[in-house]
Amino acid sequence: MTQMTESSTRAAVRAKASRAPSKGLPKWVLGLIGIVAFLGFWELMPVIGAVQAKYLPPASEVLAALVTDLGLTAFWVAVGDTMLAWAIGLAMAVAAALVLGLVIGMSPFLRRFTNSTIEFLRPIPSVALIPLAVLLFGIKIESALLLIVYACFWQVLIQVLYGVADVDNVAMQTAKSYGFSYLQRVRDVVFPTMLPYLMTGIRLAASVALILAITAELLIGSPGLGKEISLAQSGGAIAGMYALILATGFLGVAINGVTRVVEKRVLSWHPSVRGEATA
Amino acid sequence: MKTLKSIGYLLGLPVILLAWWWLATSGEPNFFVPTPSRLVTTFVETWFGERMLTDVLPSIMRLVFGVLAAIVLGIALGLAVGLNRTLRAVTEPVFEFFRALPPPVLVPVLMLLVGINDGMKIAVIISGCIWPVLLNTIEGVRSIDPVQNETSRSYGITGFARIRYQILPSATPTIMAGVRQALSIGLILMVISEMFASSSGLGFTIVQFQRSFAVPEMWSGIVVLGLIGVALSFIFQWVQRRVLRWYHGLKEVENAV
Repeated sequence: MTQMTESSTRAAVRAKASRAPSKGLPKWVLGLIGIVAFLGFWELMPVIGAVQAKYLPPASEVLAALVTDLGLTAFWVAVGDTMLAWAIGLAMAVAAALVLGLVIGMSPFLRRFTNSTIEFLRPIPSVALIPLAVLLFGIKIESALLLIVYACFWQVLIQVLYGVADVDNVAMQTAKSYGFSYLQRVRDVVFPTMLPYLMTGIRLAASVALILAITAELLIGSPGLGKEISLAQSGGAIAGMYALILATGFLGVAINGVTRVVEKRVLSWHPSVRGEATA
Repeated sequence: MKTLKSIGYLLGLPVILLAWWWLATSGEPNFFVPTPSRLVTTFVETWFGERMLTDVLPSIMRLVFGVLAAIVLGIALGLAVGLNRTLRAVTEPVFEFFRALPPPVLVPVLMLLVGINDGMKIAVIISGCIWPVLLNTIEGVRSIDPVQNETSRSYGITGFARIRYQILPSATPTIMAGVRQALSIGLILMVISEMFASSSGLGFTIVQFQRSFAVPEMWSGIVVLGLIGVALSFIFQWVQRRVLRWYHGLKEVENAV
């Protein structure tokens, strides 16, 4: 599925690059107009009384609260806690999924043998594990990690399995007849083919990990931005709550941006990325 | 022999895992992990009764309503935005922000704006699920083969007919990828909205069990959520196979050449 979107995105990028420059305003100006229009609409909603200002404060008030937050240590500590859970959870999930994915993917027997179990466990929503996490770990960071690792593991595992399945059979046979050991085959034959898939998996898992880090903080109360949001809400600091929500959104945008850049860097040698750059 | 072998592959690992679980718990009783037989009896006692009507079905109804509404709205809006290049550029940064916003933070917001009721829970599901569908529809419409667009124009296929017979079919593979994401987000949001603010529903019940340390009941609730997840994924795959039958056929032909 992901491959489908990926390839169509790439096709779109190429199609756009070859098209003549569009008339009218440049794209970033139009984007800016969109943002300003959105903020203006938000500002007006409480003013004209479409919603009560105590439930949706005007945009200016929320942005002011966000600016105040940016100067507070407590805010950055919360951001740090969220990002810590995010980073550890993501790293654990990627490491486990990579190793298991390679071992399972390289053996046709294991692939068939584990298929039904993987297809059954994968769709189980990780929020179902929230009660278990609370029971086992309480409000400690481990609760968040359990949810993050469970959710991200499958995303990455599936991509690694697709990637290993994509390895060219002739290359594999050649490596075997040249007496490559198992580890050499993994490193020199499987890994390069699998890397684009792995990066896709990591990119998807990175945003899933943020969702679950915030979820765990909101619902369980492990430290981080989500906990601050629920504290602000129950404390009636509504503008502060919206400011924190904006902050989680910006965190999400930043994570998407960084993973896209990393993906491009790591795969700079790969035909799919090189093709995009030259087109 | 062949079918026997594939049955072995299908059930081999699950049977081994179940046996391991049974052996590991059959010795001294473990507080956190019930035995398989205990879990099965608890599962039947807990969920096949009044709770089915008061908690499980309303939750599933909200999920279905929310996801369907998000799909319809997402595709309609996505078509409108995707077909207009200016509108696309204007909305892109705002939409990208909403896509990156972790959907669970919408629960406290909608609690304030809508109040704590069924409408809030459906609104949470819609507002979380709409983004992948919307953005994938825009992407799908945008990346349509230009030759197709020009062919439509030369043949004078415009308006509804163009959307129905040219745009929607070519965008469907991308839209389906968005729908799949929407389904898993929807299930997450259904559970979260009930855990956060509710006095009924699956999420609420499971948290209630955990708070009263009713561990086997809690596990049985996790199993229910898992089964819903698996059922959704099967339904999705079935629908996708029907909707995209032509697409997979086309791919096979292309790959064969």
